[in-house]
Amino acid sequence: MTQASQAPTAQSVPDEHGRFGPFGGKYVPETLMNALIELEEAYLKYKDDPEFIEEVRYLLKQYSGRPTPLYYAERLSNHLGGAKIYLKREDLNHTGAHKINNTIGQAVLAKRMGKKKVIAETGAGQHGVASATVAALMGLECKVFMGEEDTKRQALNVFRMKLLGSEVIPVTSGTRTLKDACNETLRYWVSNVNDTYYILGSVTGPHPYPMMVRDFQRIIGLEAREQVLEAEGRLPDVVVAAVGGGSNAIGIFHPFIDDKTVRLVGVEAAGRGVDTEEHAATMTKGRPGVFQGSMSYVLQDEGGQVLPAHSISAGLDYPGIGPEHAYLKDVKRAEYFPITDAEALDALGILSRMEGIIPALESAHAIAQAMKLAPTMAKDEIMIVNLSGRGDKDVESIIAYHAKLEKGEKL
Amino acid sequence: MSTTTAPNAIDAVFAELKARGETALIPFMTMGDPDLDTSVALVQAAEKAGAHMIELGVPYSDPLADGPVIQRASERALKNRIGLVDCMAVASKARERGVKMPFILFTYYNPALQLGLNAFFSLLKEHGFSGVIIPDLPLEEDGEARAIAEASGIHLIPLVAPTSEARVERIAANAKGFVYCVSSLGVTGVRTSFHEGIEGFLATVRKAAKVPICVGFGISSREHAERFAGLCDGVIVGSAIVRKVEEALPQLASAETSERDKGVQAVQSFIADLKPRK
Repeated sequence: MTQASQAPTAQSVPDEHGRFGPFGGKYVPETLMNALIELEEAYLKYKDDPEFIEEVRYLLKQYSGRPTPLYYAERLSNHLGGAKIYLKREDLNHTGAHKINNTIGQAVLAKRMGKKKVIAETGAGQHGVASATVAALMGLECKVFMGEEDTKRQALNVFRMKLLGSEVIPVTSGTRTLKDACNETLRYWVSNVNDTYYILGSVTGPHPYPMMVRDFQRIIGLEAREQVLEAEGRLPDVVVAAVGGGSNAIGIFHPFIDDKTVRLVGVEAAGRGVDTEEHAATMTKGRPGVFQGSMSYVLQDEGGQVLPAHSISAGLDYPGIGPEHAYLKDVKRAEYFPITDAEALDALGILSRMEGIIPALESAHAIAQAMKLAPTMAKDEIMIVNLSGRGDKDVESIIAYHAKLEKGEKL
Repeated sequence: MSTTTAPNAIDAVFAELKARGETALIPFMTMGDPDLDTSVALVQAAEKAGAHMIELGVPYSDPLADGPVIQRASERALKNRIGLVDCMAVASKARERGVKMPFILFTYYNPALQLGLNAFFSLLKEHGFSGVIIPDLPLEEDGEARAIAEASGIHLIPLVAPTSEARVERIAANAKGFVYCVSSLGVTGVRTSFHEGIEGFLATVRKAAKVPICVGFGISSREHAERFAGLCDGVIVGSAIVRKVEEALPQLASAETSERDKGVQAVQSFIADLKPRK
C-alpha cells in the first residue's frame, strides 16, 4: 500500500555486490580491490564465529561500558510539552562517543587477519581517538589522518591520540578537513595495502565497510529497542539521530527498520543554512554520484566535482553520506532534515542547562530536531534520540562561537 | 549511426610500433593547467617530441589514485573551473592544428556519470578520442560503461596492479586497447623503486592479455623507460611531465608569446628525452 510496506527488509541489503538498491558498490583503484575482497571474506568468516562474537561482546561490556543507558529526559520532555524523550547515552561509552563500537569490532577483526598496523581517518577526532584507543589496547601500530583544519579545531583530540601512542598525520591537501583526510588515508592504504588494515570510521566508502560498520554499530539500536520495550512496554514512535557519514544513525535505525510504525529521522548539518554555500546537507542539497568508493548522495557541482562541506561540527562536515541512508531515503523508510549551526548550538545549551548533559555538537543536531518534533507530538508518544557523543571536545568551538556572538559577528 | 567497424587508432599505432620493434611513449597531462590554450600547445609539443599517443587528464576534486604532483595540477585547473567537456575540446582543437596521435581521456568516474554515460561516450567520439581510462571504475562496476564504450568504438582501458593476482586474467582477457599495468603499490608520482616482482607481474599480464600492455605510475626518466621497454609495449609518463609543466608555469602563464613558447619548448625537450633509445 505505502512505499514503506513494499520496501525490502533490513536484512536484505546490501546484496553480494555491496549494493543497497542502486547505492553502494566498490569504486576504488584496482590496487585496493583484492584488499577489499580479502576484508569481506574475513569479515564474513568471523562475524558468526562464536569466539569472535564473544571477544567483541566482552570488550564492549568490560572495556567500553556497554550497555549504555536509555535515559528518560523528563525535564526536557516537560519543557517541550510533547513526546516523552529518551536519550540513548552513547556519550557514556569509553572515549565519549559511539565510535568505539566500530573500532573494537574492526580491531578484533584486524588482529584475526594478522595485521599489525592500522590506519584511520578522522574528522572531529572521535573516530581517531577510538582507533588510537583500540590500537593501544591490542598493541597495534596506528596512524591517524586528520585534516589540518580539524587538527586546529580539535586540538584536544589530537593530543589524546598522541598520548595513546598513535601518530597523527595532518592532511594539507584539498579542503584540509574530513573529506581530504579520507582521500589521504585511502592513498596511504593503496601504498601499504599488504600489511595495513584500514579502520574506516563510518558507514561510507567501498563495500564491505558500509555493511560491516553498520553491523558493529547495530548494538546501539538493539539495546535501545530492548530498553524501550522494558521501560514503556512498546516501541517508540520516532527515533532521531544525527548524520554525517551516518554510522550512529544507521546503528540505532537498523534494528527498527522492519518495525514499520517507528518513524526514523536523520538530521544533517545545514551549517549557515541550506540556501547558503556553507552547509553539509547532503540529502537536502546533494544528488547521487560516486564519491570515495561508493555510490550515494553527494554534494557536488554540475560537472560532478565534489563541493566542500561546512558545519560547526567537525564530525558532520562531510559532502557524502553512507549508501544505506541514500537507500532508506529513496525507499522512503527514513526522512532526513537539516539543522543549522545556530539551532544546534541552541539545543546544546538547552540540553546542558536542562539535563546536565553537554552533548557533542554532532548530537546537538539530533537534539535540535527532537526539539522541533516533540512539541508536535502527543504526551504519550515516545521519541528516542541518539546522544552519540559528549561535548567536552567541542568546548573550544563553543567558546569561539560565543565570542563571535558577543562581538556581533557573522556566525 | 556510429560506425563501430572503423578500426581504433590505438590498435593501429601499436601495430605499427610492433612492426618497427618500438615501445610506445604515452605522456599524461592535466588539462587546463595552467589554461586550455596552453594544454593544446603542450599536446602539439608532445607529438613533436615523439609521443605516440597521449592521455588527457581531467582535473578532479578528489583524485584518489593520484599523488601530490597531479593533485596540485588538478587544484590549479579547478580554480579556472575547467570541466570535463573543456578537457575533451582540447583534443579536437589539437586535431584541428594537425595532431595525428590517438587521444585517451583519463577521468575519475563521477564527472562522466554526472554527464550521463551515453552523452559521455558520444562526446568522446565527437572530440576524436580513441580510449578512456577511469581509475576508480574496477571490473565489478564497469559493465554499463564497457557496453557503451564497445558500442561507440572507444576503448575502455583497464588497470591491473601488482595486487591484482587472480584478477589479472579476468581483467586482461577482455581488455581493449591496452592493459595499463600499475608499476608499484601506491598513487601516481615520481618514485625511485618499483614493485619487487614487477618482471613476473608483467609476464603474467602479458600471458593473459590479447592486447598490448603498458606500464605507468612512477616512470620519470629515460632510464626507467628503457628498463621497461623490453618488458612491455608502452610506457606512460605522468607526474614527471606534470611536474615539468609546474616548473615552467611562470613562462607558460606569461603574457609574452616568446616566454610561453620557451615554456612549451622546455616541456617538449623533457618529453623527447624520455623516449627509449630503441
